[in-house]
Amino acid sequence: MFRIFSLVSLLTLLSLSSAGSSTVKSENFVGKDTATFVSSFEADNNRCFKCHGQEKYQYANATLGTQVTDMMCVERIIHKNEFYSSNHKSFSCTDCHSEEYTKFPHPGQLRMEQMYTCLDCHGGDVKFAKYHFEEIDSEYRKSIHFKMENEGFTCWKCHNPHTYKISVRTATNLKETIAYDNAICLNCHSDYSRFQLLTDRAEINIIKEHDWLPNQASHFASVRCIECHTKINNNIPVSHLILPKEQAVRRCNECHSQNSILMASLYKFESKAQRHDGFFNGIILNSSYVIGANRNEYLNYISLVIFFVVMLVIIVHIAFRLKNRSKNIKE
Amino acid sequence: MYLYPKWIRLWHLINAAMFLILIVTGLSMQYTDKENASYVVGFAKAVRLHNFAAIILILNYILFVTGNLLTNNGRYYRIGRKNFISNLKKQFVYYSIGMFKGEKHPFPVSEERKFNPLQKITYVLAMYVAFPLLIISGIGLLLPEITITTVFGISGLILTDILHITMGFCLTIFMIIHIYTCTLGSKPTSLFRGIITGYHVSDED
Repeated sequence: MFRIFSLVSLLTLLSLSSAGSSTVKSENFVGKDTATFVSSFEADNNRCFKCHGQEKYQYANATLGTQVTDMMCVERIIHKNEFYSSNHKSFSCTDCHSEEYTKFPHPGQLRMEQMYTCLDCHGGDVKFAKYHFEEIDSEYRKSIHFKMENEGFTCWKCHNPHTYKISVRTATNLKETIAYDNAICLNCHSDYSRFQLLTDRAEINIIKEHDWLPNQASHFASVRCIECHTKINNNIPVSHLILPKEQAVRRCNECHSQNSILMASLYKFESKAQRHDGFFNGIILNSSYVIGANRNEYLNYISLVIFFVVMLVIIVHIAFRLKNRSKNIKE
Repeated sequence: MYLYPKWIRLWHLINAAMFLILIVTGLSMQYTDKENASYVVGFAKAVRLHNFAAIILILNYILFVTGNLLTNNGRYYRIGRKNFISNLKKQFVYYSIGMFKGEKHPFPVSEERKFNPLQKITYVLAMYVAFPLLIISGIGLLLPEITITTVFGISGLILTDILHITMGFCLTIFMIIHIYTCTLGSKPTSLFRGIITGYHVSDED
């Protein structure tokens, strides 16, 4: 039964997710023009979206004098609404891509162009200094993902520049944020065709690998993969040091304790506005409940007082019985 | 006097054993921290053991309720309204003063009356109020998917858990008092012997 729950949860995660990376789509985005953002490059960008904004595109074949309708390669589709909801929504396509793309057919050598990385724009810029992109980069270089860089692993594998949006910092619904963030990992880790682009490893069965986790479905829906699979770094907003699986958190008490690591990871942005209602790590209670981490201070005190009063009454009763017994023996 | 038939002794033994496991593992889940994670049983093992013991306890509770419905044993749990408060008072005064003066039991054990009034009310509260609440809230925590997500804006899981640990605590206190009062037989060990052999030995025997 747990397995069914887990499977349902995993599917829910995938369906809930919106724009984690290129192939993860939400129904809200696909096909409908619901973006409210008005780009100053809208007309320019529309030249690209005309073909790249949906599954099919049309062009005039001048040689044959025909109108051709064709399928757009999935990897080359950027849904307009997803783009205009993303962090990079204010950009023009040609800010990052060559002006040469405005020509059709696109010149073949453009495919070989060097793409920007995050640090090309975000590195060394005072405007972004508070996000510590350089430290994110050095964390990434220590992570398990970095060793695959020669095979093509880049920031974009997780943070699609066309669709990615920050989530946990601005979350209003933490469950949706968790689903969004987990979909980024599942995009490769539960899709073998994408996974094998980067590795020759056998397919990973996420549900089976996490069999040891009690209430797996609840865990998958209530925490992000990175809670257990990264090393916490308080200097950067989200930890990027993805650990080898042997080093992933397996001790329940890392989260299920008064000093829960969730307060330094998933709840770090909310924890500053701490609740004061007697619950330890009370901020977690806004969206979840973690056994061991959410003890109630008042209940702790009340239960201790009751326990000691009961024990005291018993001890006094025993003392009277002993006194009575020795009196009876004497008589 | 033969007072505890085999099925009651078996139920009682399983209940006691499972409850002890549940107390230890429950405390282990609620109170272990990273620094003392390996104390007692540790979280992961505690979860498995707690779930296992809980299922046995639930089945055992079904045995208890069914047994009480099908046999005569249920009558011992029926509380009469007549002199209810004064009988409770009488028993309480006996435990706190009378027994030290060498007074006789106000409600001696017989085949018609297995429990004194104080015992009866605590057993009824424990077995028919706290136990069902403990079991229902426990099932809610075992299968959080079926728990109501919010009740008047408060997470259903928090309410379920608070109910569960409160009932667990009350029953733990009940167990401590229960074990202690069991030393108040004709000899400190005679009541324990009774629930093992089935035969009750009273002061009058």
